[in-house]
Amino acid sequence: MDGVFISVAVNGDAASDAALAAKLEEVCPVSIFKGTPSGVEINAEFLDECVLCGLCLDAAPDGAVTVTKLYSGEILTR
Amino acid sequence: MRFFEYEAREIVKRAGIPVTDFGFTRDAAEAKEIAARIGGPTVIKSQVLSGGRMKAGGVQFADTPEEAQTHAENVLKLEINGQMPRGILVDPKADIDQEFYVGVVWDGTAKQPVIIFSPVGGIDIEQVAEEQPDKVGRRHFSNILPFSDYIAKEVIASTGVTGSDLNKLVPIVTKLAKLFVEKDMTLAEINPLGKLKDGSFVALDAHMDMENEARGRHKALLADLGVADEETREAREATPFEIAGEAVDAMDHRGVAGNVTEFDGNLGLVIGAGGGSLTLFDAVRAQGGDPANYCEIGGNPSVNKACGLAKLVLQKPGVDKIAVMMSIVSNTRVDIVARGVIKACLELDMDPAEKIAIFRIPGAWEDEGFLILDKYGVEYADRSVSLHEAARRAVEKIGAAA
Repeated sequence: MDGVFISVAVNGDAASDAALAAKLEEVCPVSIFKGTPSGVEINAEFLDECVLCGLCLDAAPDGAVTVTKLYSGEILTR
Repeated sequence: MRFFEYEAREIVKRAGIPVTDFGFTRDAAEAKEIAARIGGPTVIKSQVLSGGRMKAGGVQFADTPEEAQTHAENVLKLEINGQMPRGILVDPKADIDQEFYVGVVWDGTAKQPVIIFSPVGGIDIEQVAEEQPDKVGRRHFSNILPFSDYIAKEVIASTGVTGSDLNKLVPIVTKLAKLFVEKDMTLAEINPLGKLKDGSFVALDAHMDMENEARGRHKALLADLGVADEETREAREATPFEIAGEAVDAMDHRGVAGNVTEFDGNLGLVIGAGGGSLTLFDAVRAQGGDPANYCEIGGNPSVNKACGLAKLVLQKPGVDKIAVMMSIVSNTRVDIVARGVIKACLELDMDPAEKIAIFRIPGAWEDEGFLILDKYGVEYADRSVSLHEAARRAVEKIGAAA
């Protein structure tokens, strides 16, 4: 999902992993992720608040989360 | 934050400085009762946060309680400089032998409080300083070290006061200086400080201004005086623009993006950093610019807050462009503020490159911020460009646009 400056995606099976969703909600300091029983939802209104801390990348399995800087095209993942 | 005279007198009284047996009321009938209790002639004084009471008829003299009531009725209905009185102060008409002046004020240049004393009181101290400069003593003192009364003695003696008067005045000036520091005042003034016929001294009027940011430290005092939290006591009421600025700052707990003051220029300012807003505001003025506002941004506000503040300023009637500047390298993230101000432009369907005259925020995540600014074509400057040069560039652009 895209903000003006930041895009965040949770890829593949990770998106429907309720445990991962809860973890992402816990680690994100600006509430971009919302954990639900059916998986992770993205709070679009907070995307541009992303501080590029990388905690979501560290919390998720390799490649499960990608953060894209829309102003430069750089993609952050693990 | 200004105090009414009746509150200032109470503060002075609590500090142990002698005051007259005054009374405060909002009711004319009660004024009569107070006057009867006092006995003898009284003075009825309008309680407004404004000067010029005497000229406006807000100070009346009464010989009897009945006369006090009549004057109180009139004074309570009298508007002075756009203000209706909070109430009236009923004061004994003191038998004065001589009027003195004593004040403590913060000297921003010396970064210390300064005591100002004069044996010529009852009139503006500025007038005394101009006409009888030898009758005005000044003495700075530390607001960190304990206050010693020799400082008070020095400043009083420097004006030629000696003997019994000097000895009686030292504790009064000492108490006022201590009050100034302990109560976080920016002004503590007794004028006149009256010497009665019996040789004693009494505060006949007082003015107190407390540092607004210190209100939280003096909640008990303010509660005792009946000062409500929502009473700003500013020189004027906040404008809708300024109130909207407070709402932006209250959006969330992160950082600061507010403290907005409205002006009528065409260059909107989104400025801050370590008290730098004033410096930046002055820099814009020094370059011939005409600011539309003052504000403070810093401490890592959210993108949403920075956006909200920038939108507020951009939408202010008469604003052609905004300048986004901070004075010093700080921990406020450049990229976050850049996102906020650019998002504001985009949400208002404005071109950031056209609307942001200059972006000069030296600090954390600069390179990331510059990537964003490059993407939207916004002119920016790094720390190698002085804030005065950045202000010059912004003013130049406004001039070119006008």
